[in-house]
Amino acid sequence: MELIKKLRIDNDLGLHARAAAKIVELSRKYESELFLRRDDEEVDGASILSILTLACPKGTEVEVRAVGDDSEELLEKLSELFKGKFGEKK
Amino acid sequence: MRKGQTAKINKLEGIAVSPGIIVGKARLVDRSRVKILYQYLISDKQVSQEVERFKEALNTTKEQIIALKNGMPDQLKQHAFILDTQLMIMDDGMLSKSTIDTITKEKMNAEWALKKSIQKIRQLFQQIDDGYIKERINDVEYVAERVLRNLAGKEVESLSEITDRVIIVAHDLSPADTSEMNIGKVMGFITDVGGPTSHTAIMAQALEIPAVVGLESITQRVQDGVLLIVDGNSGEVIIDPDDDVIIRYQEKQLELERYRSSIDRISHLPAETLDGHRIAVQANLELLEEVVPARDHGAEGIGLYRTEFLYLRSRGVPSEKELFEDYKELAEIVAPAPVNIRTLDIGGDKFSSDLNLTREMNPALGLRAIRFCLKEPKIFKSQLRAILRASAYGQVRLLLPMISGLQEILDTKKILKEVEKELNNKKIKYARNIKVGIMIEIPSAVTMADALAKHVDFFSIGTNDLIQYALAIDRINEHVAYMYQPFHPAILKMIQHVVMAAKNAGIKVALCGEMAGDPLCAFILVGLGLDELSMNAQSIPMIKKIIRSISMKEAQADLEHIMQLETAKEVRKFIVKRMKPLISELDEKGYYIKVS
Repeated sequence: MELIKKLRIDNDLGLHARAAAKIVELSRKYESELFLRRDDEEVDGASILSILTLACPKGTEVEVRAVGDDSEELLEKLSELFKGKFGEKK
Repeated sequence: MRKGQTAKINKLEGIAVSPGIIVGKARLVDRSRVKILYQYLISDKQVSQEVERFKEALNTTKEQIIALKNGMPDQLKQHAFILDTQLMIMDDGMLSKSTIDTITKEKMNAEWALKKSIQKIRQLFQQIDDGYIKERINDVEYVAERVLRNLAGKEVESLSEITDRVIIVAHDLSPADTSEMNIGKVMGFITDVGGPTSHTAIMAQALEIPAVVGLESITQRVQDGVLLIVDGNSGEVIIDPDDDVIIRYQEKQLELERYRSSIDRISHLPAETLDGHRIAVQANLELLEEVVPARDHGAEGIGLYRTEFLYLRSRGVPSEKELFEDYKELAEIVAPAPVNIRTLDIGGDKFSSDLNLTREMNPALGLRAIRFCLKEPKIFKSQLRAILRASAYGQVRLLLPMISGLQEILDTKKILKEVEKELNNKKIKYARNIKVGIMIEIPSAVTMADALAKHVDFFSIGTNDLIQYALAIDRINEHVAYMYQPFHPAILKMIQHVVMAAKNAGIKVALCGEMAGDPLCAFILVGLGLDELSMNAQSIPMIKKIIRSISMKEAQADLEHIMQLETAKEVRKFIVKRMKPLISELDEKGYYIKVS
């Protein structure tokens, strides 16, 4: 099953190393494959380096795409992560 | 003669980033790159062996990093995430999978294949605009270097095995380097590159050990085990000194420590001249975290709280709540002493991408500080509200930067009235009649000081900008930086004019530029009759000591003479002569003071 969702980056620092690491950590827990897209560029959600190269500051809208049986739960957990500012205070 | 020459050759000067003097042995951290040779793999068996070899090296590297992480000293625990990131990078397909692909498809040896992957990643990272993310390439290269060493079967040079007390000599130090160091054994850092805000500097300050950076070629000039003297006050590094020099520096080190603590011990005493004139010595702060050390150094209030940091840190306009909490905490800690909160003193381009401000040709003369705030009333009001609300919790005073004339004061007061009204309506408490002061840092404000004084509660002379604007020199431009002269008679006359205007109007006058913390300037500033001096916290004990050693009468008599002088050079010469006893005392104790 393929699911697509738009998520916004709300933490002040944007998608930096620590936040990217959390996305990778999460995606590794699921069978489904995860992709992140900003504008025309889509990258592998299991690769911290690819995510970093998207260079998303605060306020960026990212389109996330999950492909696989547990894609629904993955996206749910992922939006929680985004909404919770990746566990950062600001 | 010969001796003098050697001494010259063996002395290097860098940027002092963490104070103190040490004598010790060099420990060269040489991370010279492993030589990579290209090799073509002939058979399939060779290919699969090569893949295995790469995987093994990767695993060994991971184990090493995990071991590092577990052995991290407590002071550095907050940097552990850097190692987590490095672990994740090793698992990343862009590094591991692409290297294995290259080995199998192009039949290359692991070293060469890894190098290719790194090059590809480097290219991608070079296109990133964000400086912070761009820097993460260092983590990639660091990991790659370790893997390469493991591929070569070489021992990774470990800094954790240091057993003697040493001075670390390196090209540069990464967080991973410092995290694996046996901190207790490290006496100091010296590096080829880096600046005051480099990782090496921050680390050294946190560990309170001396450090000198930007020495350019120190790693090439120093061998392992050689004796070094590092002076983290002056930025001097002496290689292989002879016994006389060592003894001299060891004495200097001891003296300095003793002297420092003797000054620190009396820093809580008021800055009162021999004939009973009191001056409030205060601290300039950038961060809330600095406030307790400032108080420990004897600060009697905060003369200047720069508010830019929150705006820069959050990469966007911070919320009123965020600002309020910061200011409130500051006011509470410092109370009953006063805090001057200066409103935003940068241009909009610095902190916000959504404001679409074009790059200015001349930012120092551009849309910034009060000009920017008056143009963006929403941003300004939010900060004013936060400051007013904080005023309920301590002695908060409002300080407006870059005032060029009366109109800006009137415009600001109008906005302030509106904000007060809003707070009244919402029944939010704040201190009525908050004191409003202005920075005097633009020559037109100096000229108009008499008129301005009637509309505000205090002046604060910002000499850093005033010197720049009055002498028409760009401090960052190295070709004219030498003209940046606090002792320029024009500057002294301007300060005098402002002080007179304040006294005539019966308002307080402060000075908060670098001049305030310069021991050589203290004499003049006392003579000029400034009520408050605000400086970086470390300078406070020394300035208080100087003020306590002079009399107002003397200082005023000297000032009269100084005001007759016509060049900065003459002024400096007079002061150096006048302060000779103190300067030679400081020099003797190893306290660094820039005389020329």
